[in-house]
Amino acid sequence: MKKSARSWRLVPLAAAALAIAALALAVAGCGGSSASDAGAPAVPGEPSLTPVPMTADTILGAGASFPAPLYMKWGSDYNSVSGVKLNYQSIGSGGGISAIEAKTVDFGASDAPLEQAELEANGLAQFPMIVGGTVLVVNLDGVADGQLKLTADVVAGIFMGTITTWNDPAIVKLNPGVKLPSTKINVVHRSDGSGTTWIFTHYLTDAAGSVWTAGADKEISWPVGVGGKGNEGVAASVQQLSGSIGYVEYAYAKQTGMTTTQLQNKDGQWVKPSIASFAAAAANADWKASLPSTYMVLVNQPGADTWPITGASFILMQKDQADAARGKAALEFFNWAYTSGADAATALDYVAIPANVYELVQSDVWPTITVSGTPVWP
Amino acid sequence: MSTVELDVQQSPGAPRGAAQAAPRGHRLRLGDPIFRGLATACGLALAAAMFGLTAVLVYNAWPAITGLGTSVLTTVAWSPVDHEYGALAALAGTFLSTVVAMVIAVPLALVIALLLVDLVHPSVARVVGTAIEMLAAIPSIIFGMVGIFVIVPFIQDKLVPWLLTTPLANVPGIKPGPQFQGGGVSIFTAGVVLAFMVLPFITAVSRDVLKMVPQVTKEAGYGMGSTTWEVMHKISMRYANSGIVGAVFIGLGRALGETMAVAFLIGSLFTALPRSLFDPGTSIASLIALTFSEATEKIQVSALIELGLILFLITVVFQILAQVWLRRVQRATGGRA
Amino acid sequence: MSTATDLHSAPPRRRSVTRRKATDLVVKVLAWIGAWFGIAVMAFIVYEVVRRGAGALNVAFFTQPTPQDVTSDTGGFANAIVGTLAITGVAALIAIPMGFLGGVYLAEFGRNGRMATAVRMIANVVMGVPSIIVGVFAFAILVKPLQHYSGFAGSAALAFIMLPVMARTTEDILNLVPNEIRESGLAMGAARWKVTLGVICKAARGGLITGATLAIVRVAGETAPLLFTALSSPYWMTGLFGPGGFFGGPVANLTKTIYDFSGSPYPHWQELAWGGALVIIIAVLGMNILVRLLFQRGKQW
Repeated sequence: MKKSARSWRLVPLAAAALAIAALALAVAGCGGSSASDAGAPAVPGEPSLTPVPMTADTILGAGASFPAPLYMKWGSDYNSVSGVKLNYQSIGSGGGISAIEAKTVDFGASDAPLEQAELEANGLAQFPMIVGGTVLVVNLDGVADGQLKLTADVVAGIFMGTITTWNDPAIVKLNPGVKLPSTKINVVHRSDGSGTTWIFTHYLTDAAGSVWTAGADKEISWPVGVGGKGNEGVAASVQQLSGSIGYVEYAYAKQTGMTTTQLQNKDGQWVKPSIASFAAAAANADWKASLPSTYMVLVNQPGADTWPITGASFILMQKDQADAARGKAALEFFNWAYTSGADAATALDYVAIPANVYELVQSDVWPTITVSGTPVWP
Repeated sequence: MSTVELDVQQSPGAPRGAAQAAPRGHRLRLGDPIFRGLATACGLALAAAMFGLTAVLVYNAWPAITGLGTSVLTTVAWSPVDHEYGALAALAGTFLSTVVAMVIAVPLALVIALLLVDLVHPSVARVVGTAIEMLAAIPSIIFGMVGIFVIVPFIQDKLVPWLLTTPLANVPGIKPGPQFQGGGVSIFTAGVVLAFMVLPFITAVSRDVLKMVPQVTKEAGYGMGSTTWEVMHKISMRYANSGIVGAVFIGLGRALGETMAVAFLIGSLFTALPRSLFDPGTSIASLIALTFSEATEKIQVSALIELGLILFLITVVFQILAQVWLRRVQRATGGRA
Repeated sequence: MSTATDLHSAPPRRRSVTRRKATDLVVKVLAWIGAWFGIAVMAFIVYEVVRRGAGALNVAFFTQPTPQDVTSDTGGFANAIVGTLAITGVAALIAIPMGFLGGVYLAEFGRNGRMATAVRMIANVVMGVPSIIVGVFAFAILVKPLQHYSGFAGSAALAFIMLPVMARTTEDILNLVPNEIRESGLAMGAARWKVTLGVICKAARGGLITGATLAIVRVAGETAPLLFTALSSPYWMTGLFGPGGFFGGPVANLTKTIYDFSGSPYPHWQELAWGGALVIIIAVLGMNILVRLLFQRGKQW
């Protein structure tokens, strides 16, 4: 009778052992990760990086999927040089705004910039991090990358549901010699609140205002189409559904080898998406005039080589930081990204913010990020 | 359980402990009350968890309940940017995908249960039954993945184009609506995958219920010269029909709450009612899963939680109905469901 | 089953006998087709996961954390697997003892009393609550007020789901133990709690372990409760507290990572997702079959 109680201890003990083993593995796993955590060499010229207090060894960011491939690459590169980890979750611009307003992350990322009034109402600081291009991707047999030509009016017609088949006269007229099937155009848009949608719909409103009447915002009432979650989901859906068209940030199209289209820009020139065409559009931006909110729309810019659906992606941070170490760690990461991250950006076809612009940001916007009134940076 | 137990129940710890305490001297018998107290506390914790969940949901949904009222149930579109918080499209999608799932799963479950109970040797029944139950063990996300990589291309590229060439294409409900996008991601696809997710539950409960039919009654039927099917359909199913209804309710409850597979497969169209099974749509669970993390305005979060509350109440109602119907079988056959 | 002794005149009855036999045969065939179809679907799913995921299971998969570079083919699922073990382990630590005791209450103390019947009914209802609602609940009480995501919030959500399952399973198993065992234990003069834990549970040990294992394995495959609680992370956990820790920040886990990667357009990430799915399938189906084989005298499925 006395020894028999052992059996009932078995189950909770087993569960406890499992949990402890897993936690131990996880903690031990720190040493198994590819980057060294302790004693990492400091980035030259940044003495404040050593020693890094425990609370600031991980930066949490969430938001736009538009810059996500780049932010994640920056995160792993930065981890190698500084030992600080960036956990960036691609949940869409809407999610990023929501998360930073709820203070569950250190920074939010959004391609749909907030206006000054909303920034002030939520105590947020906003600054641009990167510029990129949004492209149309199609899933059509026999059409090569960069072959199909579309104008803003045609794109608007497709997404409004007025142009329903691939061999519609409007499309055929632009593409003589391209074999277009008579099948239905399957439209894919975003199901979540998206900065990419914000950029895309601003383009349609600006360049095809007579056709496009569904508005311009992170989320709109789409007349037709199925929804994909994130740029990732739209790209995946277009890959899977034959005869479909969707809009994604360029890296998603290029890195997966999807078929992109040419667009006609404001000057009437046919352009293919490329980092040069994004940079040409970004060159027109007057950042000084956009302060203090740095609100900027880059669609449909004049210029012979500009890509018409270009946009900037922004970072949002709480002006009043709860933890000085974490705020500083985040800004140090962004400083590294500005000064040393241009190569990684170019490799993924994003346009890096030029020095004169980021110096403006660091002198005018970053001092507003404080802990009890004292700026966190420098 | 037999009534013999009651005799045992009537004297927990104390009196026996008192009888024991005398020869052992002054040893306090705390073990029993403590153990009983702990066990009761854990039992009550179950109830407390449920009430806590309901309370938190109602509290967080309250701004929407008072601010939006019944408009949530009558407005079609879920369009926060237009300040429209209508769940009708989501409710329609939930209902339609569940109906598709039930139409496929219930007959299939019943014939499989018939097989397991009457047609095969018990050891074969155990193997087949276990294989079907493995379907219940497969996580929802894997159904979603297989759905999106295998079922969706099949439906989009093969099934729907073929279907549109047949006369069925003009049947209302199959005829593509204005929102039709090829049919790959649609109510139908979600319903088909849902069917196989709920199949094991309906099968298991139906089988248990059919097993409870007294052997004597069935043998009387066989003795009269009935075929297996006739015994099943005129005797077993009549006897156990409450239980089968209960099984269907359990399946319904599960189908209504399924999130991940549906989120992958239903097309995420929040703003229009589906006019056809092959139109994209949304369900309440997938709407919440996809849009909750980006709800910025308080009324939006509150409206989403109100939707969650509605879903919660619907599943609770179906669970209770299932319990009630299953209990009827218990009383009819004298067994325990 | 023949009707050789039927009492009516021959021709009309013989036709209907044939028809009845034919219907019977048709139904039997349909039943076999149905059963094979159900099994085929199950086999097909397992086959697809194995086919697409087997190629991903190499050493890197089990040692490297999830990739952040969309351009390269590096990375694995190791931190996600460990994260799921930790989250599920902590959830089990909370729910299994509580659920077990709750089941003991239902089977041994409350029995058919009013309170116990109510608790039983509530437990059945809670088992049917969609897991996304549980996730929203955990977000509302553990993430929003504390202003950070955490692996622990995920564990709490999973524990909420496991609790009624464990309680009802325990009750069902304990009810299978014959009364004679209870009576003989009590007749020996042992305290109630000793009889319950030492004798009855020992007799039902197989079933209890089966129930606990199946409950754990069931929640290990859940995604929806973790969407707003544990979120995800491309790194290993850095201890218990702080933004990288189990209680302080997002924790990588298998199901959310599979959800993210399978919804992405990169072939390598999709392959990793299938590999993760294969790991889950092996764990879930493997444990299911294992416990049933080992503890067949437990709850009769």
